[in-house]
Amino acid sequence: MKVVNNLTHSVDGLGILKGRAAYTDDLADKNSLIVKVLRSPHAYAKIVKIDSEEALKLPGIEMVLTHKDFSRVPFTRAGQGYPEPSPHDKFVLDEYVRYVGDEVLAVVGSDLAVCEEALALIKVEYELLEPVLDFEKAIDHKSIIHPEPEAHEMFPIGFEPLRNIAASYHMHVGDVEKTLSECDVVIEETFFTQAQAHVMLEPHTVNARMDYQERLVIYNSTQTPYHMRRIISQGLNIPLSKIRVIKPRVGGGFGGKQGIHGEMLVAYVTYKTGKAAKMVYTRKEVFESSYTRHPMKMKVTLGADKSGVLKAIDFHCLSDTGAYGEHALTVFMVVGSKVLPLYNKVDSVRFYGDVVYTNHTPAGAYRGYGAIQGNFALESAVDMLCVKLGMNPIEFRQLNMMKETETSPIFEIMGEGTAGTAMIMETCKLEECVEKGMKLIDWNDKYPSKDMGNKIKSVGMAIAMQGSGIPYIDMGSATIKLNDDGFYNLLVGATDIGQGSDTVLAQIAAEVLMTTMDKIVIYSSDTDLTPFDCGAYASSTTYVSGNAVFKAANDMLEAILVEARRILKSKEVEFDGVLFTNELGETISLIDLSNEITYSEDQKQLSVTSSYVGHKSPPPFMAGFIEIDIDKETGEVDIVNYVSVVDCGTTINPKLAEGQVDGGIVQGLGMAMFENVQYSKKGALISNSLMTYKIPTRVDINNLTTVFVDSYEESGPFGAKSVGEIGIDTPPAALANAVYNALGIRIKTLPITAEKILLAIKAKERN
Amino acid sequence: MKVSEYIKAKDLNEAYELLREDRKNYIIAGGAWLKLSVKSANKLVSLDALGLDKIVVLGDSIEIGALCTLGQIETNELIKQLYDGILVQAVSSIMGVNIRNIATIGGCVMGKFSFSDIFPVLEVMDTTLVFHKQGEVSLMDFLNNPKFEKDILVKIKIKNNLGKGFFKKVAITALDFSVINIACSKTDGLFSLSVGSTPYIASPCYKAMDYINCLSDINLESIKECANKVVEEIKFSSNNRASKEYREELAKVYISRGIKQVSNYEN
Amino acid sequence: MKIKMTVNNQVKIFECEPSDYLLDTLRNNNYVSVRRGCDTTNCGVCTVLMDGKPVPSCSVLTVQAEGKQITTVEGIQEEAEKIGNYFGEEGADQCGYCNPSLALTVYAMKKELVNPTIKEVKKYLVGNLCRCTGYISQERAIMKYLGDKS
Repeated sequence: MKVVNNLTHSVDGLGILKGRAAYTDDLADKNSLIVKVLRSPHAYAKIVKIDSEEALKLPGIEMVLTHKDFSRVPFTRAGQGYPEPSPHDKFVLDEYVRYVGDEVLAVVGSDLAVCEEALALIKVEYELLEPVLDFEKAIDHKSIIHPEPEAHEMFPIGFEPLRNIAASYHMHVGDVEKTLSECDVVIEETFFTQAQAHVMLEPHTVNARMDYQERLVIYNSTQTPYHMRRIISQGLNIPLSKIRVIKPRVGGGFGGKQGIHGEMLVAYVTYKTGKAAKMVYTRKEVFESSYTRHPMKMKVTLGADKSGVLKAIDFHCLSDTGAYGEHALTVFMVVGSKVLPLYNKVDSVRFYGDVVYTNHTPAGAYRGYGAIQGNFALESAVDMLCVKLGMNPIEFRQLNMMKETETSPIFEIMGEGTAGTAMIMETCKLEECVEKGMKLIDWNDKYPSKDMGNKIKSVGMAIAMQGSGIPYIDMGSATIKLNDDGFYNLLVGATDIGQGSDTVLAQIAAEVLMTTMDKIVIYSSDTDLTPFDCGAYASSTTYVSGNAVFKAANDMLEAILVEARRILKSKEVEFDGVLFTNELGETISLIDLSNEITYSEDQKQLSVTSSYVGHKSPPPFMAGFIEIDIDKETGEVDIVNYVSVVDCGTTINPKLAEGQVDGGIVQGLGMAMFENVQYSKKGALISNSLMTYKIPTRVDINNLTTVFVDSYEESGPFGAKSVGEIGIDTPPAALANAVYNALGIRIKTLPITAEKILLAIKAKERN
Repeated sequence: MKVSEYIKAKDLNEAYELLREDRKNYIIAGGAWLKLSVKSANKLVSLDALGLDKIVVLGDSIEIGALCTLGQIETNELIKQLYDGILVQAVSSIMGVNIRNIATIGGCVMGKFSFSDIFPVLEVMDTTLVFHKQGEVSLMDFLNNPKFEKDILVKIKIKNNLGKGFFKKVAITALDFSVINIACSKTDGLFSLSVGSTPYIASPCYKAMDYINCLSDINLESIKECANKVVEEIKFSSNNRASKEYREELAKVYISRGIKQVSNYEN
Repeated sequence: MKIKMTVNNQVKIFECEPSDYLLDTLRNNNYVSVRRGCDTTNCGVCTVLMDGKPVPSCSVLTVQAEGKQITTVEGIQEEAEKIGNYFGEEGADQCGYCNPSLALTVYAMKKELVNPTIKEVKKYLVGNLCRCTGYISQERAIMKYLGDKS
């Protein structure tokens, strides 16, 4: 292969670094009206009265929008395919506010200053309701967060709003209680994870204008332009054909831009007034009023026989979806479906629990959703079981983990929001990942720990799996057209949000068409111009959209060969990417062919469109190893190195694949160590700025060692599986295990801070 | 933030008069925290034109102009030598390079920020502040007295003593404010100790210093005792960065390590 | 009020209010490579050079920049191209939102620090947050650029 699996610079990196206008707000109409939201100071309240008379008198204020301006059409902001597996429980504006930061009303004015002045003049009277702030007490709480009759599920997801339950799920294989009762060694442990924030550096941003066909054109920093178009159409009752969504460059998403944020209000204002409008979230709004990761409580019971064979996993999960139910069920199911199959040889397994509403910032999609929470719980519990078994945790994993050609019944039972798809692991190089990782971190020398005076050095590890798109649901498509002068346009709906999918998809096309990257001009995404794609989520782009590009490129190859055979008057024509040659040795170049069919003879535009929907979701696998130095007297942890050994099939772009893993690891380390989410007693998010919510800096990350094992997934384009999410899963458990290996202290609540470690050391000393 | 007027003062007297004229008039230093600390201002008075951005040695002191940026201080060769460079260590641990190129020492001092990494270091050196009206005052006078708020800080004077120094900032990430910060120095055989971000503003540990400076010789036992005295004397509390208990443990550990370092103590 | 400054070697006069920040003034005048990230001076995305030194434009009043030399990435295109190519080689480009500001800071660092170690580089650039890359690929590229004496 000449392009795939070779060093290829990202197609947009240089231009962006040199400062070209690229992002949504760079492209806003300079005369845009500003849409600014008044946000609730209360965790739960009913709006009794809004007095905006004074605000409306301000010169420059165009309008004040309240719940009375919108018809009561509930929708979900989750940004999923249709029908969505999330409850329709959100109105553009409502008479109830359900968390601190929820939308009360919006002012629309000529500039930000006048909007802020207007917000200060508006008087809102609230009837305060008792908020539900403890998710363990949410079910059957006397406060009901969604009493409105319009809220509904699209198909059964266990939605019971009158009990504050957004979704429920239960599955089992075998009789878990019976198996556990027969085990020699059983542990039962409970783990907690926090509401991590995405902290993409570009805040949520949207702007809109009417075009000369009186259509609504929306520039949007989104991961899901097509879903966005559909949801806006449904929510505002605007014909789908009247809406065009353009996704420029996106400054990071990580799941946070899968959903709807300011889009409804901005679209409404422009459609109603005919004037350009825009909204740029403040960083505080990004923290308080977008989405978080779902916080969870997970009770894990593991049973094994004396020889260390894992027999049963019982996994109960309680998930907090906050005030609205975006991704309530899907995230919940992934806790099981992308974690439990790691140990596929158990006799019985059960996974069950509820997703509850609370009056906190809503939770939604976030890279590695469900998997990182479940991985922390299960991979911590496995190490705890090993302690009880007196067994080396690596040997335990080597004995019990998923191997190539094996399967798990869970694949068929659990999908995302629906039943799953049975599949055999055609590629699973976990054994090699573990072995290689042990060497790279020097496990045998460093495990479990080494005393170095004030500090103690230790290692810890965890294994993980993800998926590659959602089978039979996620669809990607690609259009390729040949231009005169012999270069191609590749149009994809796949959504590059910084992960480099434009580069990777262009590489796939270039490889099939035997050409170089400069001959492939890729464009994403514009609902008027590019073909449908579900968007950037569920680790689907390389695998699903990549397969669509692979098919389209092969179709284009066939189409140009037809033309070449015609021109060279031959049934047998060979093509090397540049030149067509028939059996007589007569040739025509692609450039000449393209010019001829464009200008000279039998003129036509060659253009092909292909689509792909997956029939399985081959999981990437990885082993993650952390080396840390802990100060025994202060609990402070230095991350010395993080070794990731990954099986993601062929790496289409090895450097960008490494970047996906590295970035995932550091976000995972953020959740594991630094990113503490704090609420006030009244339910307001205190960690609502980069001053109070601490993401890892480059000084906190000494080194990352990321390598890939040889692997070729037949069903993927050029053997590729996904790599976007797998990196984030292992750090919390690997760190927790390393802390235990150093000090014999088990931290079961994220983040694992120096303070928690030191206080646990002191508690241990006292006992 | 609203600002009605921005005025470049022609001299200190003008700046001083403008500052006294209205409660909503402010002196602007670097402006790094302006939008986070001032909602609306009538007049913002700039001292940019007054040449207060020099670092000079005069007599036995290093004088740092109030408008010297943190970036200027951390790259100054004289200050790098002072007490093993503890002021440089403290300054260079504050946020990123870009902010340190605008934030000034005067702004940091006048802000009296409780999380300040600079105060513990200034407290363990022989530091005085020079104000436009009230002249030269001790650092502790300034910290304990609100009457300087409506005066203008002109420069900071630090005795150019030969001494050993130790500074430690504990923070959750390298960009965060301190969970706690500790400075120790030893000059002519005498220890000076200070703890800050407790989460209150830095304070010298007088009783601990009295204790340790009366000893003819120190050992592990007396270092531990000294650290305990710090925790007895200084008020620690919990906030969203750390609990009281954790801060106390950190203070004990780093005071001990600081004493050992500045006295070249080896186990 | 009218404020005069030099932006990328061109003398500019901007109409602004005393409370306007340089970030907004620059963006409103089509220097869109200067972007907003956080509102609390923590992220580094809005960094420009003022008299050659990196400063957060979200925290510098436009009036404070009067008479100063302001440089955005548009003003260092040749060096940006070099940095960008090293980024490309190392796969250090992801969303790129922070890259113009990072390139400016790296450019200033190269002038300020002589043969810095990786530790010194990390410390110098600590105020440039990135949520995409995990930093290490950026640093490989930056070390190569620092070693490039062309």
